[in-house]
This record gives sequence, structure tokens and C-alpha cells, in this order.
Amino acid sequence: MTGTPLTATAGARLPPLPVPVTPSLIVASAIATSDFERVHHDHAWVQSLGMPDIYLTIHVTNGFVARYVGDWAGPAARLRAVRLKLGTPAFPGDTLTFSGEVLRVTDGDGERRLEIDVRGRTANGEHVGAVVEVSVPVGAQP
Amino acid sequence: MANSADPAAPARAAIGHTVWPARVAREPVNQPMINAWCDAIGETNPRYRAGFAPAAMLPVWTMRKFTPDPARVEGMAILQPFDAAGYVGVAATNLEQEYLRELRLGERVTEEATLEAVSDEKKTALGSGFFLTILHEFRVDSGEVVGRMRFRILKFRAREMAATARPAVAAAPPGRLRPPVNRDNAFFWEGIAAGRLLVQRCTGCGTLRHPPGPMCPQCQSLEWDTVQSSGRGTLYSFVVAHHPPIPPFEYPLPILLVDMEEGWRLVANAFQIERPALEIGMPLAVEIVEVEPGFRLPFFVRAAGG
Repeated sequence: MTGTPLTATAGARLPPLPVPVTPSLIVASAIATSDFERVHHDHAWVQSLGMPDIYLTIHVTNGFVARYVGDWAGPAARLRAVRLKLGTPAFPGDTLTFSGEVLRVTDGDGERRLEIDVRGRTANGEHVGAVVEVSVPVGAQP
Repeated sequence: MANSADPAAPARAAIGHTVWPARVAREPVNQPMINAWCDAIGETNPRYRAGFAPAAMLPVWTMRKFTPDPARVEGMAILQPFDAAGYVGVAATNLEQEYLRELRLGERVTEEATLEAVSDEKKTALGSGFFLTILHEFRVDSGEVVGRMRFRILKFRAREMAATARPAVAAAPPGRLRPPVNRDNAFFWEGIAAGRLLVQRCTGCGTLRHPPGPMCPQCQSLEWDTVQSSGRGTLYSFVVAHHPPIPPFEYPLPILLVDMEEGWRLVANAFQIERPALEIGMPLAVEIVEVEPGFRLPFFVRAAGG
């Protein structure tokens, strides 16, 4: 089992989350982040740069990483930090599948801190690798 | 712009400096933008319907707004020498965010971005290029820092892209007249080129003056230095030019005279404010826009609360 933030120990795995990447998702999410770079909505433009298609923005990828960890950690959890490295782009037609593993658990100050390794992969390789830090209050059950 | 042997040299000299003026979010933290984010990303956390913003939205509040003319989108001046040397590609490679506390509805975010590091030239899968690291600090109106972001970009020369470099600018319409630069005003235009709005200050009596000149009109001192302006002010007066149309300006052309909050006045064009929206006393903020490759000018945009 994957456990919860209050029961998980290092090595616990988060349930995978597949995200179908569509042109609509790429455009809607880019606009939701006020990112109007043409590589995220203008197909002809991005092809003129030698890329096959529009692709997901880094802040949206980060948003999915945050959602993925938050879905597991619950609404009582707080995101503290993220360190993220981008790999292969996520294009329309890709399925971006997130997986995660608890790296470290530390207690202190009435809260538990977890470091979670998150990977997002498409058929072309690793789109994102991230380490996310979340905290959960030790007293309150989610 | 002359290509020096090392296109990264100007950027290295700018390490520790801000890459653009502080950005004030146009909208305070608000539910519609949170909803748009949650809808796109599939967030269902009830906290984001209860007055709190998703932490990962930290950089969204101060993002640049849409402009129909991509040529008028401001770039970072420090990237120009890379473009000139053929390193026209840009890709985000690393992102680090630190969330000191959650943002709540109604809070207004200000962002300051500082160039932190410039790498040597590296060979990458995308092509050969330089990594630049920019540290963004996010504050609320009280001055409290609520989060930080480190953003690393690769400025690269793509293998295919080098051969099919952008079409020549030969067919471009006439450019803007360049300002006459002299010993009195050089600091101002150098500041603009570096993304900073500077104003002349008399070191005799402390009076700010603009346009720049050699002598203080208050105390006649010839000694002066400069200070960086917040860029914020209120509209004192304006005219809208219709005729004669002079390329490359777009008409009708609002020309604004603005009372800056430090007590000086600045004339500049409006950026994305149409005539009907102009009102004496409205809050404005300076935005430095790259109007042509390597040439930046100050414009006034609507300010927070405007």
C-alpha cells in the first residue's frame, strides 16, 4: 500500500497518475498561467523552430507535480519547496504518467516533513524529475 | 550590436543585478485565476476554493499579460548579446520554488528578478549554449517575502536553427529614432537598456530632476548622482497625437506626462492603454519594452489598482 503522509516511510510509493496531453490541455493550461509564449499555442510557429508540435509549459508541469503530490498528501498538507528538472517535452498525443516515491521523512515542530521524488514520463522518456517537500501537521488527521 | 568573442560577457557583468524592473501583479490573488489553474491542472484540493492559492501558482500572479504584437513583448536585455551571436534559442531547464507561506485571496504580489549565475558554454542535446540562473523573489504589499523561485534557462544555438536563422530585417519598416545621448543623460539610457529606470539626484540638496541636466535648478550645484525609481506614478496630463503620422509609431498615439511617486515627472508613451481609458490621476507604472532588437524604451502601463 502507498499509505498516507502520516504513515508512509522512506521507500513508500505513490499511486501512478496518467495525464493525457492534448492540444487543448496545453493551450488552456498555458493561458491559465498567463504564459503566451508562442511555443505553447502556435503550431506553425513551433514547427518553424524545428519542433514537431506545441508543448507543455514548465509552470504547468510544476503544477501537475504539485497536484500529484497534493492528491496523495491531502488538503492538510502544505507544499514547502520543489526542485524540478525538465527533460523531453510533453507533446499532444503523449500520456504523461507521474510516479512518486517517499525519499525521507523527518518530524519536528509539530509537523512531519516528507521529501518525495516525482517522475513524469512519456513514451519518449523522462519529461520531468522533481523532488518535492511537503509538510503535514502531526496532530491533525486529514 | 558588435559580437564580442564571448557573448556571455555582458551577462556575466550583470550578475547580481535585476534583469527587469520589479513587476507588480495586475490582479491581486483572485478566485477566477485560481479556478482557471485548477480546471486546467485538475486540482480538486478544497483549500483552493477556501481562500488560498495553490503554491505552484507563485510565479503566475506577476506574469506578463497578452499582447497581440509579439514584437513588443519585452525580452531580457541581458539575452540580446546571445541573440546577436546566433544563440537565439531559449529553453527552461530547471525550476526551484520555495514557498514560505500560502498566498490568500486579495494579496498583491510583487516580483523582483536578479541574475544569479551564467555558465560557460556547454554542449547540450538542444545545441551549444549557456545556462543562466535567475532568482525571483516574491513579496506582498507589507514587504514580506512569501516565496522564491530559481529559474534556469538555456540560451542555445540549435543545430538546425543556425542554418535557417531568422529572415533578415532588411524589409523591416523604418525604426524608431534613437535618443540623442550625451554626458548628462547617458545614465538614463544606459539604465533603460539594463531594464532600470534611473533619475538624476542633486547631491547638494537632494532634489530629483528630469530631464537630466548639468546643474540643479534649486541650489545650482553641479554635483549629482542617480537613484532608481519605483516606476510608479499617477497621470498628470496627456495628449493624443493623430497627425502627422510618423513611422513607426501607431496612431492615435497617447503621450503621457506622469507624476512619479518620488516627486519628478516623466514623459513616455502609453503601452496598451487606449485613449478612453486614460484618466488624470490614474495610477501608472513604467514598463521597459524592447521595441526593436537591442533597443528599449520606457512606457507607461496601468498600475496595480488602476
